[in-house]
Amino acid sequence: MGVLEVKNVGKRFGGLQALGNVNLSVKENTVHAIIGPNGAGKSTLLNCLIGKLIPDTGSVMFDGQSVLGRKPHEINQMGISRVFQTPEIFGDLTVFENVMIPIFAKRDGAFRMHAYESVSNERDITEAAERMLEDVNMLDKRHVQASSLSRGDKRRLEMAMCLSQEPKLLLLDEPTAGMARADTNNTIDLLKEIKAKRNITMAIIEHDMHVVFSLAERITVLAQGTPLVEDTPANIKGHPKVREAYLGEAH
Amino acid sequence: MDQIILQILNGLDKGSAYALIALGLTLIFGTLGVVNFAHGALFMLGAFCAVTVQRLLTLSHEVVDPERTDFLGNPLKVDVPYVMDIFGESTGAAIIDWSVPLAILFAIPVMILIGVVMERGLIKHFYKRPHADQILVTFGLAIVLQEIIKYFYGANPIQTPAPEAFRGSLDFGVWLGFEANQIIYPYWRLVYFLFAAIIIAGVFAFLQFTTFGMVVRAGMADRETVGLLGIDIDKRFTMMFGIAAAVAGLAGVMYGPINAPNYHMGMDFLVLSFVVVVVGGMGSLPGAVAAGFLLGILESFASMSAVIDLIPGINQIIIYLVAIVILLTRPRGLMGRKGVMED
Amino acid sequence: MLGLNKKDGTLLLIVIGLTLFAPFLLNPFPVESELAQFNAGYPDLMQRFVIFGIFAIGFNILFGLTGYLSFGHAAFLGAGSYAGVWMMKLLSMNVIPAIVAAVIVAGLFSVLIGYISLRRSGIYFSILTLAFAQMSFALAYSVLTPITGGETGLQLSLDDPRILTGGAEGGNLPVPSLFGLEMRDSFDLVLGSWLFTFNVGYYVCAIIMIAAFYLAIRIFRSPFGMMLRAVKSNQQRMSYTGLNSRPYTLAAFVISGMYAGLAGGLMVSMDPLAGAERMQWTASGEVVLMTILGGAGTLIGPVLGAGFIKYFENIFSKINDQILHGWFAFLPDGLENAMVALVHPFIGKGWHLTLGILFMLVVIFLPGGLVEGGQRVGRFAFRRRNKKAEGAEAEGAAKQPAE
Repeated sequence: MGVLEVKNVGKRFGGLQALGNVNLSVKENTVHAIIGPNGAGKSTLLNCLIGKLIPDTGSVMFDGQSVLGRKPHEINQMGISRVFQTPEIFGDLTVFENVMIPIFAKRDGAFRMHAYESVSNERDITEAAERMLEDVNMLDKRHVQASSLSRGDKRRLEMAMCLSQEPKLLLLDEPTAGMARADTNNTIDLLKEIKAKRNITMAIIEHDMHVVFSLAERITVLAQGTPLVEDTPANIKGHPKVREAYLGEAH
Repeated sequence: MDQIILQILNGLDKGSAYALIALGLTLIFGTLGVVNFAHGALFMLGAFCAVTVQRLLTLSHEVVDPERTDFLGNPLKVDVPYVMDIFGESTGAAIIDWSVPLAILFAIPVMILIGVVMERGLIKHFYKRPHADQILVTFGLAIVLQEIIKYFYGANPIQTPAPEAFRGSLDFGVWLGFEANQIIYPYWRLVYFLFAAIIIAGVFAFLQFTTFGMVVRAGMADRETVGLLGIDIDKRFTMMFGIAAAVAGLAGVMYGPINAPNYHMGMDFLVLSFVVVVVGGMGSLPGAVAAGFLLGILESFASMSAVIDLIPGINQIIIYLVAIVILLTRPRGLMGRKGVMED
Repeated sequence: MLGLNKKDGTLLLIVIGLTLFAPFLLNPFPVESELAQFNAGYPDLMQRFVIFGIFAIGFNILFGLTGYLSFGHAAFLGAGSYAGVWMMKLLSMNVIPAIVAAVIVAGLFSVLIGYISLRRSGIYFSILTLAFAQMSFALAYSVLTPITGGETGLQLSLDDPRILTGGAEGGNLPVPSLFGLEMRDSFDLVLGSWLFTFNVGYYVCAIIMIAAFYLAIRIFRSPFGMMLRAVKSNQQRMSYTGLNSRPYTLAAFVISGMYAGLAGGLMVSMDPLAGAERMQWTASGEVVLMTILGGAGTLIGPVLGAGFIKYFENIFSKINDQILHGWFAFLPDGLENAMVALVHPFIGKGWHLTLGILFMLVVIFLPGGLVEGGQRVGRFAFRRRNKKAEGAEAEGAAKQPAE
């Protein structure tokens, strides 16, 4: 039984069958990649996982509970954190505050009226945030306003924000889309580093094969809205069906 | 039945004003993406164009009338407008009588100029700023325009009567087979409605059938692509601002005989016009027009004594209530496009 | 001090000092001198400074932190005023029940309006709040006349019950007081040719404003305040971080509504009369203006903005052509007349024109308001002094959030 269980999920947009009968199981402590050519239904699947879309058929279970119809903040409170294509951070706030907010959210839930305490007195939160920033080598930038960070640092910060919540599942939506080769490699290194330091379950939706093969332990190949194969990277590489549907096209 | 027809008629003139202002607001929002809180001030400026023309036409000099004397027997001095000197007494008097419609000729270039200057001088710099900043700066501008008018024209309403020929009322009921004096409707309100209808039709025809209009409509849908095609969309949008200003101004010019212009009439209409735009759907031109008339008529129904007896005060708040219900149940408005400013 | 860090503590001390010594500070010119017209140390004006300061501090908690621009906050001030006068009509002339009731009524009213308005954001939110405020204004003016007094406004009368103290003795209307201390009582201190007035009402308002300001600092520095800034910065990230932004914005809305109610309650405690025009949208516009002018999102900005606007409103309204002629007397006659004619539209009744222009200039050139202006000047001076030592340090200091 995986952390995330997707069963028979289907979604239609008018006449277009975007997803048809998708089954997927993300096991604990694995990095699971979902790949596929453009239009394979990766984004639709992701949106079903995070509650943005409700599938026509099937179920999405996380940790034994259904995520369907829940609001984004509820899904996060269940233990899913999400990294976006372009880093979504609190640009007006400092790096330090950016990391504190998710830790507060983890501790206090979706809303708490803590209007009379002082942030600086919340020792456990500030210390946890400092540790997290140290972990991603950003402690020296703690007082910098987040919007003035470089793109690479924004990605790093967003990752730190997600990890600080110690999520049961980290969802990454094309984390290297639109990045230069060097930045992509940096991101891969960052993810590898994270993987090495802590036991974490990750689901990566990705277009770039280089990223997928450097990180993933399991790969699901999606084509025309249905899973083609699911296997280890080694087996996927040589798989004739995948070659035909995906790599063949890429050449 | 006669009551219903009467209320619909009564709602038309206010509805026309709402529709014209909302149309301009929507044009500006749709093309430029700017929320213009100074649009009511443009309506007010239009009304004061009529006041100005009236003042210019009645500029007078003193002449001693040899045939008349005052009660002490001295020769009587009378003010004779210059127009009478130039065109003769009867033609001159007719020109003065028709000063409101004549003001249209004056208002069109003046309002377009004001609109263009406003866009180039101020609004242009706010395209990339947040909506809150746009609201704030145009709000400031509205105060400034209003205070300038107050400085020059005073705080009291200034009468701008309709031409003699339109001062009576039409017994509309007789046409429809009711008894006399059941449904009477002032001529000028009828004129205002027809005038509004012509302007609205004109704006739509302009957008639909001219290349300029086509480009603007394309720009409303996708500004960047149109820009990439090598079309100078900025210049056209400036023109569009001028046109929107003229539409608001003309609505103001002709409104004078219905309600004597005062310096704060713009603000009064602005709040309601915004509500109209929201109900019609942000960025939808037909929506703005339809909602303008709809709310005008609704307001007029709510003012019926039978309704007020039932729900006191409903006439004061009906428009706001409708807006609140619409915003909560259908945020894109009656005819708004999906996804445009829905959140 | 009081759970504040050193910087905030200093700021609070400065504000306390300024408000408590305001009767001295605002009357720097001798009574008989030419410049006495620039004195602002009389009770009525000083009360307005602090009352509008409270209003703006509260508005800033909503607009400055969350970025939600409300155009209807005057409705809460109005509701608070009515509640305050009713308390004085029904219970007693003591200002405490009036102020408490004003805050509670405004709070309840803002829960209702906030709950609906906050379902939309951006310009829709602004228009919704505007619509609600105009609706309240229209109702207060017409149907609700039995409660609001309609056009004449709600005022005290001799046959009010005042169940705690009994009806009025004699033929005079009672005056608001705090346990027997009348709000209008003043103590005049004459020092040489200077005159300083210490007014009971002003000090009641001032102490409440200091408390309100202290509370605002606490909110700004709290996790709650940080979440409000997160709402303004990125709502998408906020919800994917597991935070529900709606209760946060609603709480901010209600807090700022209660501040507005408090201001309304104090207003009627100073002068027990409440009119519907207090709810009109131009009144809402005024508090927006104060906040922006001072510096939205900063602690001290709204107070500065409120003081600035109320002071210059007072001064500009008083200046007339005669005074102007006095100022420009050193010029040759022709030039003198020209200058007076040039300045004339902006003074006296032209104050609103000046205000509008000022407002536009601030939004265009100084979106951070007076506080940002001050910081820019300060930074410029700092840079010049430490040309060599500048660098990462100065940058870091400048980027500190919301002073």
